[in-house]
Amino acid sequence: MKDATLEVRHLTVTVGGMRAVRGITFALPRGRRTGLIGESGSGKTLTALAIMGLLPEGLTAGGVAMYGAEDLLSLPDSRLCELRGDRLAMVFQEPMTALNPVMPVGAQVAEPLRVHRGLSRRDATLEAARLLERVQIPNAAERLRAYPHQLSGGQRQRAMIAMAIACSPDLLIADEPTTALDVTVQAQVLALLGRLVDEEGATLLLITHDLPVVDQLCDRVLVMYGGWIVEEGETDEVFGRPRHPYTVGLMDAIPPLDEDLPDGRLRAIAGSVPGLGEFPSGCPFRTRCPRADDACAVMPPLAGDGHLVACWHPFA
Amino acid sequence: MSEPVFEVRDLTRRYRLPRTALLQPPRTLTALRGVSFDLRRGESLGIVGESGSGKSTLLRLMLSLERPDEGTVTYHGGSLRREVQIVFQDPVSALDPRMRVADLVLEPVRVLRLPGDHPAMLAELMHAVGLSAAAGRRFPHEFSGGQRQRIAIARALAPRPRVLLADEPVSALDVSVRAQILNLLLDLRAGYDLTLVLVAHDLSVVRHTCDRVLVMRAGEVVEVGDTRTIFRSPRHPYTRALLESIPRLRTRGPVA
Amino acid sequence: MRRRPLPPSLAAGALLIALLVLSALVSFAWTPAPPTHVLIADRFAGPGQHGHLLGSDQFGRDVLSMLMVGARNTLFVGVVAVGIAIVLGVPLGGAAALRRGWVEELVMRASDLMLAFPALLLAILFAAVFRPGILTAMIAIGLAFTPVFARLVRGAGLQVMAQDYVTAARTFGSSAGAVFWRHLLPNVTNVLIVQATVAFALSILAEAALSYLGLGTQPPTPSWGRMLNDAQAYLNQSPLLALWPGLAIALSVLGFNLLGDGLRDLLDPKLVERMQ
Repeated sequence: MKDATLEVRHLTVTVGGMRAVRGITFALPRGRRTGLIGESGSGKTLTALAIMGLLPEGLTAGGVAMYGAEDLLSLPDSRLCELRGDRLAMVFQEPMTALNPVMPVGAQVAEPLRVHRGLSRRDATLEAARLLERVQIPNAAERLRAYPHQLSGGQRQRAMIAMAIACSPDLLIADEPTTALDVTVQAQVLALLGRLVDEEGATLLLITHDLPVVDQLCDRVLVMYGGWIVEEGETDEVFGRPRHPYTVGLMDAIPPLDEDLPDGRLRAIAGSVPGLGEFPSGCPFRTRCPRADDACAVMPPLAGDGHLVACWHPFA
Repeated sequence: MSEPVFEVRDLTRRYRLPRTALLQPPRTLTALRGVSFDLRRGESLGIVGESGSGKSTLLRLMLSLERPDEGTVTYHGGSLRREVQIVFQDPVSALDPRMRVADLVLEPVRVLRLPGDHPAMLAELMHAVGLSAAAGRRFPHEFSGGQRQRIAIARALAPRPRVLLADEPVSALDVSVRAQILNLLLDLRAGYDLTLVLVAHDLSVVRHTCDRVLVMRAGEVVEVGDTRTIFRSPRHPYTRALLESIPRLRTRGPVA
Repeated sequence: MRRRPLPPSLAAGALLIALLVLSALVSFAWTPAPPTHVLIADRFAGPGQHGHLLGSDQFGRDVLSMLMVGARNTLFVGVVAVGIAIVLGVPLGGAAALRRGWVEELVMRASDLMLAFPALLLAILFAAVFRPGILTAMIAIGLAFTPVFARLVRGAGLQVMAQDYVTAARTFGSSAGAVFWRHLLPNVTNVLIVQATVAFALSILAEAALSYLGLGTQPPTPSWGRMLNDAQAYLNQSPLLALWPGLAIALSVLGFNLLGDGLRDLLDPKLVERMQ
């Protein structure tokens, strides 16, 4: 890819001898928004953690994640610490556990500025106030001294976003940033995220299981299942003409809001998502796929022109 | 018209919060404020609200696990403990990890001392929720989230209830599994002649599974009506806000 | 559930305890010499002399035999003391978690009060009021540990009570007792077992300390603690006399602590499950 903030090649994540991410290759185009869709067991969160160098004890990553000329997966911790919070930022799902409960919010937002930009406490605090205003937290100056538990869920998430964009990162990874929020707040926070990313010219990787969110916010989408990328392309393309049976199944499973269903039943994908180590060999989706046959015992390659799919029997 | 299964009138429930200041009286949180509605026999009622709307408190009061501060909850039926059952949101904490599935599912029958052929009942219940009777010998951790939810539903059906309350039954499940569980609830409602109450924070969940919808906010009922009307012409601005904030797929691909 | 490898601490601990139990059991059938057999001519024998594998004490009694019989003592006190603590502490903690309100307050404040006293002091007090002896020691140690178990069961019990399966049980009419036996107790057994091994280790120390002070097992029954006390007077002549009982106490305590650590590692939810 021509101008990519991040190029990932054959990324694997191994947990206790089993591959949770099986060797995926993708690139994040600079300044654009890419959505990573997957359910439990897809490997989407581990992918993000591997890129950021935040995998927990006992998990190993393989492959290469090129950020510019550096491979994030083989950098020493010291260099990763320099990059994290400054060039690479992450927003997590659960703001209550992602924020330090005994530190005022203002200090937490100011922290990256002090660590990476060397700002004095006073300057960092002023900048933190400005950041809180940008994320539309009312009474930003007063809120600096508030503790996380004194803010609402939506405000905590905004604070976390403020912390993430404090140093104008090149890459912002958001892992299910709105899943834990109320529905009315979700829409606002997502809109905010999109706007800020554009203002900063940052590259966004949005990880979620919620397809409509990706449709609204992202230009490109990657669909993961069982540790593989099964479909990839521009959002309009993938959602307009989904090719992988899993993508089709996911889209069908969304209850339509404006029409009734034939025979009153929701469309579901048969079976359940297997646990780690229980995915079938070959294509991980074949035990649930209505189009599977013997050929699917071999994992199909991710192939195509612009709109890629990993399937022996994709939809046209 | 037959009498309603549940009659809720001016229901109010307050909680006293722990003291934050030594010399000031503790603050109270009003979880429910003057809530009134009927639950009609055989219907499927959706209760939609965000966090803090009071919907979980409402369920606890309907189950008589707590007493209201004002107002009444009246169950028109026989034994509440037997006839009204609940399915919870979290499939992990809903099942005792130390018990085998068979014992979990039959627990209400044992506690209520209901007569019957237990193995036969177990087999029937497990089949009804799409699991094999042999699964009864295993432990909850051996099952996926969706399967655990099925086990929880089987347990709720064991005492042959008339009313099934479902508290966010699919929120904690994978998207591809949600539709299965919702379909299951609909099938069971028909098969077991149940009255269903489905609590959700997401309107799209109730769109195809409920006859009527009750919209709650901050402990109060802001709108109630049949599902089609609520979705096509919502009257209260909050309901409209809820509907508008549901992210929709702009581009909808061909249905397979 | 996938089999997890056995933690080495568990194996090591189990080994030491097996040794302890074996010595105690064997001592019922056989000891190298009668442990209370006094033979002045044989006093202060070194290890290996005159058929005394570990030597003999100031009265010519065989040290190894005394250790073996003393092991019976140690185990007996441990089992009874921890038993008392569990029988009293678990229901108290369970009631606190189930009932909350004033019951919880009462149990917790009473526990606080008891825990404010050093356990040993409590035991000495007890022994001073009642007749010193093995029974007094067991009861005193058991009472001293009761609040530990009460707090533990209350803490773990509160977590259990917060689970939906308890709410479900209440929904279909389970009584508090049914919830206690069917749900609360089985789900706190993990932490209870680990705590019991720790308590066992501590009760070994406590018994030794009490016997050392003359408040525990009374002569002529051999006791490790009293052996230590006796050896004190003869440190110049025969320093090894203090080593053997000291080593026995240390190894037994180590064994139970290792067992507890190993059990805790074995029973803790592991990383793989978290990743699911």
